[in-house]
Amino acid sequence: MSVLVYTENWDGKFKKVTFELVSYAQEIAKKLGTSVVALSIGNVNDEQLKALGNYGATKVLNVQDDKLKWLNNQAYTSVVAQAVAKENANVIIFAHNNSGKAIASRLSVRLKAGLATGATAVPSSFDPFTVTKKVFTSKALGNIVIKTPVRIITLLQNAFGLIESKVEVAVEAFQPEVKDSELKTVVKEVNKITGKILLTDAEIVVSGGRGMKGPENWGPIEELAALLGAGTACSRPVSDEGWRPHDEHTGQTGKVIAPNLYFACGISGAIQHLGGISGSKCIVAINKDPDAPIFEAADYGIVGDVLKVLPELIAAVKELKAQ
Amino acid sequence: MKILICISNVPDTTTKIKFVNNNTAFDIAGVQWIINPWDELALTRALEIKDAQPGIIENITVVNVGLIDSEPTIRKALAIGADAAIRINAEPKDTFFVASQIAEVVRKESFDIVICGIESSDYNGAALGGMLSEMLDLPSVSAVSHLDVVNGAVELKREIDGGQETVATQLPFIAIIQKGIAKDARIPSMRGIMTAKSKPLTAVEPIAADLLTEFVGFDLPKPKAACKKIDPDNVRELVNLLHNEAKLI
Ligand SMILES: Cc1cc2nc3c(=O)[nH]c(=O)nc-3n(C[C@H](O)[C@H](O)[C@H](O)COP(=O)(O)OP(=O)(O)OC[C@H]3O[C@@H](n4cnc5c(N)ncnc54)[C@H](O)[C@@H]3O)c2cc1C
Repeated sequence: MSVLVYTENWDGKFKKVTFELVSYAQEIAKKLGTSVVALSIGNVNDEQLKALGNYGATKVLNVQDDKLKWLNNQAYTSVVAQAVAKENANVIIFAHNNSGKAIASRLSVRLKAGLATGATAVPSSFDPFTVTKKVFTSKALGNIVIKTPVRIITLLQNAFGLIESKVEVAVEAFQPEVKDSELKTVVKEVNKITGKILLTDAEIVVSGGRGMKGPENWGPIEELAALLGAGTACSRPVSDEGWRPHDEHTGQTGKVIAPNLYFACGISGAIQHLGGISGSKCIVAINKDPDAPIFEAADYGIVGDVLKVLPELIAAVKELKAQ
Repeated sequence: MKILICISNVPDTTTKIKFVNNNTAFDIAGVQWIINPWDELALTRALEIKDAQPGIIENITVVNVGLIDSEPTIRKALAIGADAAIRINAEPKDTFFVASQIAEVVRKESFDIVICGIESSDYNGAALGGMLSEMLDLPSVSAVSHLDVVNGAVELKREIDGGQETVATQLPFIAIIQKGIAKDARIPSMRGIMTAKSKPLTAVEPIAADLLTEFVGFDLPKPKAACKKIDPDNVRELVNLLHNEAKLI
């Protein structure tokens, strides 16, 4: 028996969520009296692979295969299934993000293993195996029982956090079979910005809504974000209007994020927006309308003109940093 | 080309969520039902392609696993422009079960493209498309934000962290779409509503299939403490609180 973690890297470095997944898996493994095995696909160096041991992985299966250069749902599912068989895994953990959802769902059928998506905590019971997960776009939580002997979970990012528990870790090269018949999709072109803070990894997020008035006013949002080492986000109409790129759109139909600190600048706080941010540990709202619903979700609020407040906020943060 | 779109019948996105029967079931009293937002965008995009290139898309069918009370939502899909609808007469309790039902439909009547939304806004399963493709042994592309048909081939973009990838795929395949696929969902026209009444909506009985999971209870999040208001003329105080009280910056 073992708990298997599907890790993800971005340009060769593990995403923060990967360490969270390993921490989470370790908590489950402790309860089950087993150990954590991590599966890495791609070009990740030894030092990075060993870092998984800091969070409790005792073994890392390292897969490097040119055929797996791009995410291919079908082929990746086969690789994970082979790792599950090799390690006799009975719990498999993924991140609740695009690739996690894509592979976990296919794997569920391949192994006939029940799947709980968007888990917010470690299972509340192991017999029956019960997982708490978000439902109704974070407006509620549901307790779902997985009825099969092998179980798959996708963990909502930032719901569990990082727990260091250093163990001895062995890195093992793993060469699963990759069938050409499973490589029916091909990536033709990649367009990505590197060097940007991943929104889903960001501890602090500065987000702007329609109250920012136009794309020309985003300077202060970016400046505040840079000062705080934060990611930038926006409400849906802002990305729909093309003021900001789609990957910044947060909310029910966009990204669901749970940073420690979320700044909502000129965002009304519509229920669909809140669905994507209500997991944030602390929400700061700046809005000129004292009755804006965002204040019901916020921990701290300023009723005022965001275009005036932001420069003052930036100045105050600079003062703090200078101390 | 034939397109199948999986649609889920969900509570309107502004619904106040409540539970009944000792917190074991969603309270449907007074709820307005809609087409799951992503599924509606998928249908919109399929219709855009059909309209832009007459003759390329011969048929757009929608499929729903649900009891008779989901028919108004299915009719709405027909009113928006789908050509035909199939309802599998069963309660959609578990994603594996639902995928098993839809897989059976695809096995009987082949489609070139099957489209699913990235998740259903009620139980947030986010798994139907993946399960379906594995059951049918078909390729799947997820987080698709752009879909077009050019010279008989499918053109796709999918969202990745910090950007997009252009992906080519063999047909048939399953597209798991997210927002960006179409800008605004189409609304039914008066004519659409009239013609929808005569379009085929076939109800079929489910096949035997397993349920791998079961919801046993629900909880509402704890209410939040009131928001601390800070004087707009004293923004420093906010920074002070975030630094000393919340200890976040
Ligand atoms: C099916 C569906 C799904 C949706 N999904 C999402 C989603 O995922 N994410 C999302 O964000 N939205 C989503 N929406 C849209 C959502 O309902 C709201 O329309 C949207 O969130 C509003 O964006 P906003 O707050 O930026 O704009 P608005 O609602 O226009 O609010 C702007 C706010 O800025 C304030 N303001 C204006 N000027 C100033 C100023 N000078 N200083 C300070 N404050 C100012 C106003 O008081 C107002 O509160 C969805 C809607 C539907 C129907």
